[in-house]
Amino acid sequence: MKLIVAYINPFKLDEIRDALKETGVTGLSAGNVQGFGRQAGHTETYRGAEYEVDFVPKVRIEVLVDDTLAPNVISTIEQTARTGSIGDGKIAVLPVEDVIRIRTGERGRDAL
Amino acid sequence: MDTGDTAWILTSAALVLFMTPGLALFYGGMVRSKNVLAMLMKNYVAIGVVTITWVTVGFSLAFSGDVGGVIGDLNLWGLRDIGLENTLFEHTVPDSAFAMFQFMFAIITPALIAGAVAERIKFSAWAIFIAVWSILVYAPLAHWVWGGGFIGADLQAIDFAGGLVVHINAGIAALALVIALGPRIGFRREVIRPHSLPLTVLGAGMLWFGWFGFNAGSALGASGAAANAFLTTQIAAAVAATCWVIAEAVTHGKPTTLGFASGAVAGLVAITPASGFVGPLSAVVIGAAAGFLCFWALRLKFRFNFDDSLDVVAVHLVGGIIGAVLLGLFAEERIGGVNGLFFGAPEQLLRQIASVVITMVFSFVVSYVIALILKATIGLRVSEQEERSGLDLSLHEEQGWVLAD
Repeated sequence: MKLIVAYINPFKLDEIRDALKETGVTGLSAGNVQGFGRQAGHTETYRGAEYEVDFVPKVRIEVLVDDTLAPNVISTIEQTARTGSIGDGKIAVLPVEDVIRIRTGERGRDAL
Repeated sequence: MDTGDTAWILTSAALVLFMTPGLALFYGGMVRSKNVLAMLMKNYVAIGVVTITWVTVGFSLAFSGDVGGVIGDLNLWGLRDIGLENTLFEHTVPDSAFAMFQFMFAIITPALIAGAVAERIKFSAWAIFIAVWSILVYAPLAHWVWGGGFIGADLQAIDFAGGLVVHINAGIAALALVIALGPRIGFRREVIRPHSLPLTVLGAGMLWFGWFGFNAGSALGASGAAANAFLTTQIAAAVAATCWVIAEAVTHGKPTTLGFASGAVAGLVAITPASGFVGPLSAVVIGAAAGFLCFWALRLKFRFNFDDSLDVVAVHLVGGIIGAVLLGLFAEERIGGVNGLFFGAPEQLLRQIASVVITMVFSFVVSYVIALILKATIGLRVSEQEERSGLDLSLHEEQGWVLAD
C-alpha cells in the first residue's frame, strides 16, 4: 500500500478529484497549506506599505491506495495538475505499513 | 421641546453607539489573527469605562456651567438633575437626550486611539488610560469647544461634530501613546499583515452608516442643518474613498479594498467639523483633500519610526486637521451662520488654525504625561513573550479563531 501526497495548485483540486474517481480511488483528504518552493512569493500592499510574502497558498491531497493502483493514480495527478508553469507542485509516494478502518477494525487492503 | 427633534437625537445617539462596534471590526480585521479579540475588546471596553467616568463627572465637567472658560462645574455629577424636560440646556430635546447623545461621542473618541497601540499595550494600562483621559482630556476639550469654554465662546472657532474634540484630539493622543509605547516587535522587519479585511470592510460600512448620526445628529434637531450635514457627509466620504484608491492605483499600480475603506473613513473624519457649515461642492473638495493627503500621510510613520499600527494619526489627526482648517475657507453663513475666507471672513481661517494648534498641544501634553505615569507605575506593554504569542491568549485566555470545535 502507498500513501500518495501531492502539493497542487488550489484551482486544480476539483479537476483532480474527478479524475481520481475515474481511476477507482475510493477516498481522498485535502487541506489548505502554505509553502514555498522554486515559485517565488508575491507582493502584497496594505495602505501603501509593500510586503514580500514568501508563502504561496497550495492544497495538499493525500490518497491511500493499493500498490497495483498507485502508478495510475500518480500519473493521473501528474497529468491533471500540470499546467507547465512554475508552481504546479510535487507528488511524494510513501510506503504504508498498515491501514485500519476505525469503524470495523478491518486492516490492510480490506481497510482501503 | 420638539418631538421630531427628540426622535432624531435619540436615533442619532443609537447610530453613534453603533460606530464603536463598527470601529472594533474595522480595527479587528487589520491586526494579526492572534490579536483580534484583544483589539475588539479595547474598543468595547471604552463603552464600559467611559460610561462610568462620563456619568460620574465627565458630562458635568464638559457641559455644566463654566469656570473661567476652561472647565465646567460638578453640579451635574452623577447626571443628577438631568431629567425629562429641557430645563438645563437651550435645546429642543430633553436634557437626557442631549446627555445621551454627547455620551456616545465621549465613548468613541478614546476608542479611536486603540488602533495606534494595537498588538502590544496591556489591557489594564489601556483601561486606566481611557478612564483618566476621558476626564482630563476629553471633558475639558468638549467644554472648550461646545460647552461654553474659550475656544467656542471667545476664540469663536467652530467645530460642527468633533473635528477638534474627537478626531484631532484622538489622533494626537494616539501619537503620544505611540511614542511612549515604542514599536511592536518586528515593525518594519517582519510581514505584519491584516488577518481579515472582510471584517475591516464590514466595520467601515458600520462606521459610515453610524456617522450620519454623528454628523447630522450634531444639528441637535431634525432640521435643514441636519439634512445638509447628512448630504455633505455622504459626499465627502464617497469622494475621499474614490480619491484614495486613485492615489493607490497611480503610486502602487493597484486599487485596494483596504484603501477604499480607509479613504471613506478619512473623508468622514475630514467632513465632521465642517458638515453643518459648508455646502455640497465644498464637501467634494474636502473629501478629495482627505483622500489624497491622508493617503500621503501614511508614509510618515515609517520615516519617523513611529509604529502607529493602524494609522490613527494619518487618518484621524491629518483628516481632522484638513477638515478643521478647510472649514475656515469654505464655511458659508447661509448654511451654518459663519463665513470662511472664501466668503469674506479671513479671520475665521485664523481662528480655525489657532483652535487646531491649541487642541494638539493640550491633548498631546496631557496624554503623554498620563502615558508616562502609567509606564512608570504599572507599565504600558505586555512582555515580549506575551506579545509574540498573541494578546488574545496572553491577556484574555481566549482565541478568536479556533481550528475545529
